[in-house]
This record gives sequence, structure tokens and C-alpha cells, in this order.
Amino acid sequence: MTEEKTWRKRGSMPYEEPLIFEKSVPGQQGFQISEREPAIAAGKIIPQNLLRKTPANLPEVGEPEVVRHYSRLSTWNYSVDHGFYPLGSCTMKYNPKINEFTASLPGFANLHPETRENLTQGILELWHRLEKALAEICGMDAVTIQPCAGAQGELTGMLLFRAYFDELKQNRTKMLLPDTAHGTNPASAALAGFDVVEVETQNGLLTPELIRPHLDQTTAGLMLTNPNTLGLFETHIKKIADLVHSAGALLYMDGANLNALMGIARPGDMGVDVMQLNLHKTFSTPHGGGGPGSGPVAVKKFLEPYLPNPRVVKERENFRLDCTRPKSIGRLTGWYGNALVWIKAFTYILRMGRDGLKKASELAVLNANYLRSRLRDYYQITYPDSCMHECVFSDKGFPNEITTIDIAKRLIDYGFHPPTVYFPLVIHGALMIEPTETESKSRLEEFIDALIKIKEEASAEPELVKSAPLKTPVARLDEVAAARHPVLCWSGEEPDEK
Amino acid sequence: MGFYFPHTEDEIREMLDAIGVKSIDDLFKPIPENLRLQKELKLPQGLPEPKVEAELERLAKANVSCADSACFMGGGVYNHYVPRTVDYLLMRSEFSTAYTPYQPEASQGTLQAVFEYQTMIKELTGMEVANASMYDGGEATAEAVLMALRIPKKPEGPILISQGLHPHYQRVINTYAKHLEHEKKIVPLTSKGQIDLDALKREPSGVCLVVQHPNYFGCLEQMDEIAALIKEKGLTLVVIVCEALSLALLEPPGSFGASIVAGEGQSFGIRPGFGGPLLGFFASRMELVRKMPGRLVGETKDRDGRRGFVLTLATREQHIRRAKATSNICTNHSLMALTAGMYLSLLGKNGLAKLAKINLERAYYLRQKIEASKLLKLKYSSPVFNEMTVELGVDAEQVIEKLGSQGILPGVPLKHHYPELADCLLIAATEMNEKEQIDDLVDRLEELARKEK
Repeated sequence: MTEEKTWRKRGSMPYEEPLIFEKSVPGQQGFQISEREPAIAAGKIIPQNLLRKTPANLPEVGEPEVVRHYSRLSTWNYSVDHGFYPLGSCTMKYNPKINEFTASLPGFANLHPETRENLTQGILELWHRLEKALAEICGMDAVTIQPCAGAQGELTGMLLFRAYFDELKQNRTKMLLPDTAHGTNPASAALAGFDVVEVETQNGLLTPELIRPHLDQTTAGLMLTNPNTLGLFETHIKKIADLVHSAGALLYMDGANLNALMGIARPGDMGVDVMQLNLHKTFSTPHGGGGPGSGPVAVKKFLEPYLPNPRVVKERENFRLDCTRPKSIGRLTGWYGNALVWIKAFTYILRMGRDGLKKASELAVLNANYLRSRLRDYYQITYPDSCMHECVFSDKGFPNEITTIDIAKRLIDYGFHPPTVYFPLVIHGALMIEPTETESKSRLEEFIDALIKIKEEASAEPELVKSAPLKTPVARLDEVAAARHPVLCWSGEEPDEK
Repeated sequence: MGFYFPHTEDEIREMLDAIGVKSIDDLFKPIPENLRLQKELKLPQGLPEPKVEAELERLAKANVSCADSACFMGGGVYNHYVPRTVDYLLMRSEFSTAYTPYQPEASQGTLQAVFEYQTMIKELTGMEVANASMYDGGEATAEAVLMALRIPKKPEGPILISQGLHPHYQRVINTYAKHLEHEKKIVPLTSKGQIDLDALKREPSGVCLVVQHPNYFGCLEQMDEIAALIKEKGLTLVVIVCEALSLALLEPPGSFGASIVAGEGQSFGIRPGFGGPLLGFFASRMELVRKMPGRLVGETKDRDGRRGFVLTLATREQHIRRAKATSNICTNHSLMALTAGMYLSLLGKNGLAKLAKINLERAYYLRQKIEASKLLKLKYSSPVFNEMTVELGVDAEQVIEKLGSQGILPGVPLKHHYPELADCLLIAATEMNEKEQIDDLVDRLEELARKEK
């Protein structure tokens, strides 16, 4: 690989940027809503003991410096618009810009959630159509788009299980999970009051034989991810579903990896009863540096009565919100979830259409398999068969005690965001790579070259790899110290000189 | 077709050859044939961008937003001015198209900005630590209750909830805490619209008290008296704030012995967005930090001794603790936390205090007009910040329908949750409501009340 190709060569601009509080100058003013001082004595209207004695210590910074502050900080972030961001199971695909425009239309962005239904017909129609489209893609009967993120979708799914078994008056307390499950799965199951039982996988997959011993009258269900976090399709899923159902339990599917399946196979046809999907993964809405996302939940018909309140319903040509659903698990958030995120996903689905969505999944799987086959001579893979939308490598066999964290940090120096690391837990030093369909072949080649180069460096220049990243605004950070002596806000003390 | 994937046919061929398969279809062989979709999805074909844009414009125009109207709606989502600078800065896709900052060296922008946000929330709430954000005020409230249950060694007694807590938030608590053994008990309000201190006094036990201040009906609570009672009874105090701007004017909940302060940060530069994405904020005492839900950004040093920021105390979280985590939250509302940080930086110490005062001024003007009216009446006499419950003498739904067609969104109806308040409207006045607009609202409300008589 040629050094010239990497952004690090050019580096970032040579500036420091202090905390906004450290830029504060008493008396400086940023934005002013009005020049006029309000002519009101708060003390005459509000009891003195309820009034602030000292103003909140917010920074005092003029508008130009605030703009510079955030502009400078932004240059210290890696993002999808910068480059390849192959985080496994995160589906960091390109976020189309038309989505940002449509979600910012004033008729959406400035719409108050308590506005009367006759004045919100546009958003209610979109809500209804998006739920229908997602149900079709998943092969399910009904969808709620209210959960704010994947984890809240999982919790919703678990609460649906509870509501269903409560109505049947069955005391089912056990939730089965494979050892490859994402951490939110057990956390969501536990939050809904289930006892989590971890099931060991074999060759990366679940089989009916592995599940059977755990099934009894106390088993509420199985929560699996398909394709799973190793990038493998759970080939036995239908048989597993039948087995789970025969024990009176239900099957939940984490749809975080739906990007492999659109138009190709549908969870509903595999025996899945409930699933969540992530609009901020599969449906191209940006991740915002950690949210907002949106985690719709899709269910089979028999679970629809339990979906969260309210539901949008169509009556003749009009849409309204139905809150009078006695079996509903209730409300998930203050209002209806992340409406502006729905708009982005809806825009994407309209733009892509049925063929575009299918093509996206096909090319996502093509890209992952290409990376896999090009890198397998350099990085160890555990499972010999082909993968779906992501592939997992191990740091086994790396010389000089170079481990996954070193490889990840060195990748940053080559201008790439590292893959998901040390997950799934069943793989030693996992490097979980999901390229998505929006990466070109030439970008993949650059990434492959970088990983091969790092492998060479591990032998030839191990100290270089261990000292990475070298080209970022900060060097490797001490995470242990951060946790041992937590400093979680600015205290007013001067930062130490470098 | 020009979609968002760049592959040429030749490249696809080369890639298939390198993999060693004949067709893309071969890559899907792990999926059993009987599970492969044998038909096309029942969705329309993709549309070119101009057509998509036109369709979304049509849907957007079928709504009547705060931008199209004189808006007096609040009830947890407020119509405040968003400086264009905030919109502009949010367009920086370095922030919006990044993932959760798991690789701190490549994410210092997000991490530093969230650290600053945490500091601002700490300052505003008068607490010692704030997290990196929750989904919204409703979910943050439910998580606050779950955290309050983790504080005592043996949590006993009911969860006491003020009747003045947002009715939707009450329902979210029900959803999140349904399977827990703890009973939920509502502490009523007095006829003045504040929590009934005598009723609270009579409660024999409880794990925590959840109180919203200012409360859902706009009234300020008697925080000193509540603080004293909480201390006496050994309850954990959870204070919920739905109108975050009030924190710039009112003595912060931290001064009244709150263990947890959570709520809705939408007022800090976030558009109503039909209810989302909003900003759940969450603050606590430092001694309780390990019981907190959600992500925390902390300060540390790099190998060369330079200051830097990382996600920290992750042993509370799902990716480490799995079933034993303090919460299942993973993706939060980071970009909304950044929005609030930008907004609060722009307004600053004096600007935010002044804005809060303008809100107080407008609401006080409205209040005086209603007090002077022979047809309209304040439902509660307690002091308010920028929102109040007004008796219209007419069914509120009808009023909303009639004024809606005249370009006025007069407030939030209460009938759905409080049938006895069918003729009441929750009216908020912010910096967006000029005096003339308030005069006009009161005139029209009086006119409708007069017709009814």
C-alpha cells in the first residue's frame, strides 16, 4: 500500500481545542434571543426559596468561538463520511443526504406530538406505511416503530413474551440465549424479569440438540440473532423454531443483522414470533455518534394486541391513534419514539424500492465474502464456510504478543475505523468486520492492504504496532485510570501541561 | 439506477472470481432453499430522488406544525427558538455519521463534547454527575425509578409517585416496572395544584418519591417542605424536570436533597419532531455513580500525558455485565446531547438565565390576563414557570379543533388522562409567544367561552 493514499499523511490541522468552559470569558455573550431585558422581578412571582441563588455555571463564549469549538472538535472524529467504518453488527453504511433533508422539513421537525390527529395526517400516514413496509420485509404481520433503539426493541419483545404468557397464566421464567449473543440481549431479558440461560453453540451455530435439554414448562423462549454475530446463517432455525414452539415457548430474533436478508429470506418465514430491527443500521439512518436510533419490533398476528400504545390505525382514508388497547404492554417513551428517524428510513425505502433493498443485501454479503477470502491467508478464521454480511477473524498466531487491540489501533493510522473487537466472546481476540454494500471494491482493497501490512509490521516492527495510533489527536488512552479515578465532569482546575 | 452502492458489473465479476463462486446467489447457499424467499417483496420499485422528495414534501405539508401556527403547546415538549447556528453545526456529519465512541482515539470530538454536556447538566441540576444521555424524559424517568430501587440494601415499600408527574411518564414507569414486586402509589395534589404534603406525611413507608417540578400542570412544588419530609422518612428523592429551561431560573433539585434528577432536555435546542428524538438527561450523586444506567464519558490521559476522554465505568453496562447490567441501554441519544451542548454554549450563563426570565415574563402576562378574565379561570393558584392549567368553560377538545383551523395551537388537552379536567387546557407561553399573540389567544378563548354561555 502506498503511504500517499492515507489521510494520516496529511494529518489534522495543528490546533489544540480546550474545553468550552476553559474558553469562557466572563461577560462574553453568545446567542441573544432579544436585546431587551425582561422587566420582571422574578422574586415577586416565585417564592424566594425556589429561585436560583447563583446562575448555573455555563460557559460564556461568543458565537464565532462556539462555532469554531464544535467545528474543531468535529475534526477529531472519524465518521462514515470520512471513510470505511467496518464495525461488525453495526452496519455502518453510507447515510444518504436526502434523508437529512426530508427529516428536516418543518412539517415534520416542528410538529408537536400532542397536535390533534386531523392536523397530523401526514406523519400518521408515514408511520402507517413504514410499519407496513417493514412488516413485508420481515415477513411478519404487525410492526411497532416506537422503540427508540435496538435495546428498547428487545425489551419490548421480552415484555410481549411476558404479557402473552401472563394471559395464558403460564409461569415461564427462563430465557435461552446463545453464547454469541450481543450484551443487550441478556440485559433486556433480565430487565423484563427473565432468568437468562446461556446455551453453548457448536461450530458457531445453534442446533435443535443444543436447545432441547433447556426446554421445559418454565422456558419462555429463545433469543437468537440471525445471521448471528459470527456472520453465519442459523441453518437450523426452522427446526429450532418448531422445537421451541412444541414446548410452548416463543422465538425471538435480534434483527441487528437484517442487512444480509432483505428480499432474500424473511424471519417470519423461519418461525420467528418477535424480532426487532434497527433503522440506524439496515435502513441507513445515521448513528449520531451513539444515537438517536430506532428499533422497531415486528410480530406475528397473535401478539399484535400486546404491542405498545398507541397504535396508528387507518380508517377509510384517515389515520388515527388508538390508545384503547387493554392488552397492550403500555407506553415505551414520552410520545411515540423517534419520528424523525422514521422519516429517514422511510425515505430510504422509497428511494431503494424492492429491487434496491435486495441488491443492498446481495452486495453486503458479496463485500463481506470478498474481504474474507482475501484476508483468510493472513488472519485466522474459525469457521471454514462462507459468511453472510460480516466475517470474524482472530488474532491467534500473531507474533510478538501483538493482539487485537494493537491491530485495531494501527488500523486508525492507516485511515480506517477499526472493526468491532473482542466480540463475539467465543472467538479469541475477535475482529468482527462488516463492510456493508456501500463500500467500493477499491476501498476494500485499501483496507485489505492495510491489514496485510499490519500483519507484516507485527513481525518486523512490533513496537510500531504496539504504539499505535500515532496520527490521532491523542495517543492510546489510559482507560484503566479513567475507571479507577472517575473524572466525569469539568471541575474548574487547569488541565495539566503536556 | 444510481443507488448508494458503487460496484460495477466488472468489479462484481472479479470479486466473485476471487471468492471462487459463480454467482451472488451462490453466496446465499447457507440459507436452506425452503427458507429462501421465492417471490419479490411486495414493495414498490425505487423512485428517483426528486420523486421521493416530492412525496415527503406532500406528507410534511399534511401536518400543521408549530412553525405554521401560534403555538401554545407544551406538556413536556416546548416551542422554543432554535438558533440557526445549532442547525448548522448539527449538519457536520463528523458528528452525525460516527458510531458510539468505542475507539476513543478516533472519537475525541464526540467524547469531549459529551463530557462538556455532562458538566452542563451537572451544573443545571445541582448534582454531582450526569450521564451521556437517555432516550427521552419518559424513559429516563423509568430508569430513575429502577435506579432508586437499587439504592437501599433492602428496598421495601411502594414507589411513591406524585400525581403531578407527566401522565405519559407514569405509564412508562408502569411498562418498565410492571413485573417488579413494588407497588406504585400515587400521592395526590391539593386543590392548589401542588403535591399534598399531608398525604405524603401519612404514607407509612416507601422506597422513593418521584416528583416533577414544575409539575405537569405547570405548578411549582414546595421543594423545601418535600426535602424535609424526605429526610424525615428516609426516602430517596427522584426529581423529574420536563421543562429543562426552568433549571436556569429555579433553585436546582440538587439543593433539595435529590438523589436522582432526570427529565427532558428538548428545550435545549431540540425541535419537537413529533416527539422524537428528544433528550433524556440523567444526573445523580457521585456516591451512586456505579448504580447509574447509561454511558459515562470520563477524563483520562494518553501515553504522552495529554488529556483525553473515554467511555468509562463500563462495568455497569450490558456489553460487560450482560444480564447483571444496571440497564440494557446501548445506543442512547448522543447527538441530542451534543445539540444541547451547542445550544447551552451559545446561550451561555447569562443568555440562558435571561431566556428563562423572558419565559416567566410571557407566562406571567398570560396569567394576569386570565386572572382578569370573567370567562376564563386559572385552575390552580400555585406559582408557575411558563405553563399553566386554564379552565375554559368549554370542552377543550372543541376549542382546540376550532382554533386549529384558525392557525392557533392553543395548548394540550387534559381530558384523555383526567376526565374531570375536560374543560381545561394546559397552556405554555415561551419566548415565541409575543404579547399580541397572547392577547389574541385570550380574546379567542373568551369568545368561545362566551358563545357557550
